[in-house]
Amino acid sequence: MKKMLTGNYASAYGAKVSKVKVVSAYPITPQTTIVEKIAEFIANGEFDGKYIRVESEHSAMASCIAAENTGVRTFTATSSHGLALMHEMLHWASGARLPIVMSVVNRSLGPPWSIWSDQQDTISQRDTGWMQIYTENNQEVLDSIIMAYRIAENEIVMLPAMVIEDAFILSHTMEPVDIPDQADVDEFLPDYNPKFKLDVSEPMGFGSLIMPEGPFMEFKYKGHESMNNALKIIDETDILFKKKFGRSYGGTVETYKLDNAKYALVMMGSTASTGKEVVDKMRDEGYEVGLLRIRSFRPFPKDKLRNYLSNMKSIGVFDRSYTFGYGGAVFSEVRNTMYGKNIPIKGYIGGLGGRDVTMNLIEKIFLDVVNMSEKGQDKDYEWVGLNGDKRWSQ
Amino acid sequence: MKNLTIPEEELMLPGHTACLGCGATLAMRYALKALGKNTIVTIPACCWAVIPGVYPARTLEVPLLYTAFEVTGAAISGIKNALEATGNDDINVLGFAGDGGTADIGIQSLSGAVERGENVFYIMYDNEAYMNTGVQRSSSTPKGAWTTTTQVGKVRDWKKEKKKNMVEIMVAHNIPYAATASIAFPEDLIKKLEKGKNIKGPKFYHIYATCPTGWRISPSKTVEIARLAVESKVFPLYEVDHGVYNITYMPKKNVSVKEYMLPQGRFRHLTEDEIKEIQSEVDKDWNLLLEKEKWTQSLNKVQ
Ligand SMILES: Cc1ncc(C[n+]2csc(CCOP(=O)(O)OP(=O)(O)O)c2C)c(N)n1
Ligand code: SF4
Repeated sequence: MKKMLTGNYASAYGAKVSKVKVVSAYPITPQTTIVEKIAEFIANGEFDGKYIRVESEHSAMASCIAAENTGVRTFTATSSHGLALMHEMLHWASGARLPIVMSVVNRSLGPPWSIWSDQQDTISQRDTGWMQIYTENNQEVLDSIIMAYRIAENEIVMLPAMVIEDAFILSHTMEPVDIPDQADVDEFLPDYNPKFKLDVSEPMGFGSLIMPEGPFMEFKYKGHESMNNALKIIDETDILFKKKFGRSYGGTVETYKLDNAKYALVMMGSTASTGKEVVDKMRDEGYEVGLLRIRSFRPFPKDKLRNYLSNMKSIGVFDRSYTFGYGGAVFSEVRNTMYGKNIPIKGYIGGLGGRDVTMNLIEKIFLDVVNMSEKGQDKDYEWVGLNGDKRWSQ
Repeated sequence: MKNLTIPEEELMLPGHTACLGCGATLAMRYALKALGKNTIVTIPACCWAVIPGVYPARTLEVPLLYTAFEVTGAAISGIKNALEATGNDDINVLGFAGDGGTADIGIQSLSGAVERGENVFYIMYDNEAYMNTGVQRSSSTPKGAWTTTTQVGKVRDWKKEKKKNMVEIMVAHNIPYAATASIAFPEDLIKKLEKGKNIKGPKFYHIYATCPTGWRISPSKTVEIARLAVESKVFPLYEVDHGVYNITYMPKKNVSVKEYMLPQGRFRHLTEDEIKEIQSEVDKDWNLLLEKEKWTQSLNKVQ
């Protein structure tokens, strides 16, 4: 069924068709309309699950963890400061190997207060052991939630996943979205049936104290292995999803006009769709440019990246987040991945606090990348689109 | 043949790692005797996160979810809702947390769970300080006590503030049932938990749990001190059942606060005058409790 949906409503429908049993969430702009839509489903008897109206995001994640540990599929959604407040429990969820799926609406972190889009909130949670899937449009939001449950609950993965959408650009913007038939989703996503759970007929303990001699380190190593397993499962799930629903997103990585390109720009999230427009325009003008969109930042698809980018003359990486004192996180990962290839790679940090990432700006970045291969690289990375900076004016 | 007043079934097995004479172990043992096998327990960071043993050992014969320090209220909510979502409405869900995990860092998630009316049991075992991390002050540490963060030293920096009253905080949430209990009065403790099985909504228990290590007493005095706490009215035994107060044990001996404090190293530094001041506060609180009982019971009759 096709409907005009915002990214947030697409997310709520994603949870609904995934037959989540427990939702626990706390409101924060720009996530609020997700939890409101779920409340509407519940009020209309369209949602066969429990909804815990917790008093904080920390409790939202803690109660999802406890519910998931009791053997049911859970869902939550948050953004920005809410995600930061969850930090402790994010580690708990992945350490306990619970395939919780969470919608995250990318929003900047204060101060100064800003409710607009950047990826600082999710990038800051890189090392919590969660998969991170960055989406580009509202259909992808919905589809990725269904896929995320199937991926996360895979026996060789069993890790939680964030499905990430940009604040307002997706969360509050309507697009036509196909809501898949429940019967099809049921076939694609079987009931959640974990091997181990809190069960009075078979009492077990979860999360007890472990001495340094073990197996703490072994548990963490298994988590690491499972995250690597997820690379394959994400790609396979994308193919299976296409078979069932006719839509595909490339799994861990999506490429755009990259096959015969010499210059690539790497992006994540909805800015990639502006990037694609720029690629089209510059292709018309004769530039051999292409785009690579990382969908899965964790696990990081390093082999695929190396494969796709090895023939480039130069590469730019756009980060919509920052780390004071160094280049962006995506830039660092991409440059590590391409180590030894001797390809100039430059990072560009921009679009913070919802600052518009315009076609004009992306075109300037592409031109810089093209120039770099001939004239040499001026800097490792730089901030673009700062007020008053003529070189990078939007 | 004598009549057993305490269930025989043991759901806490030997082999725990608590200190000698730990009152908190008795609290758990009696609680599980009352609630039985059909119970899921969750424990946050506290002494009891260590007491069941190091992986893979476990002294408890019930499903056990360890969780972070401040989330007990959220964890019991999650377990209970998951059970209800799958039609398992008859399983007891018990959060078992220390006074720090309850009255301080965990008060938010507890307040949320109680306000939402979750059908769960919550036990705060009260050893009156952060014991797991080495006897630091909590808001449940009594006035007068030495702890490692309220040291006596040269300027007598022992804890000057009164203990937080968690039962009253729960009553202010309109909780269906809240009670105090003591490891020295197991029948009373068990009866209150059994009563809770027939009450829908949150049930809160404040259980006095002697800590020989933190209180600087002999491990052989665990039960004796707990009894003195009740007899001296420092820790009265009562319940608040749908707003109606009921004192479940009337102290029989006339024990003074001084007699209660004297055997405990944590109060050793207090002067006669300081103890007198604390005695007068205890008397005042006790009289207030008597009044609350009289008043709420009479209100109940009018209705
Ligand atoms: C967020 C967080 N802060 C601090 C700690 C360290 N910590 C662990 S247990 C504990 C004290 C527990 O005190 P209480 O709840 O009274 O239980 P007890 O140890 O006395 O039984 C502290 C401070 C922690 N685990 N998590
Ligand atoms: S420190 Fe106190 S509460 Fe903790 S195990 Fe030892 S006696 Fe028990």
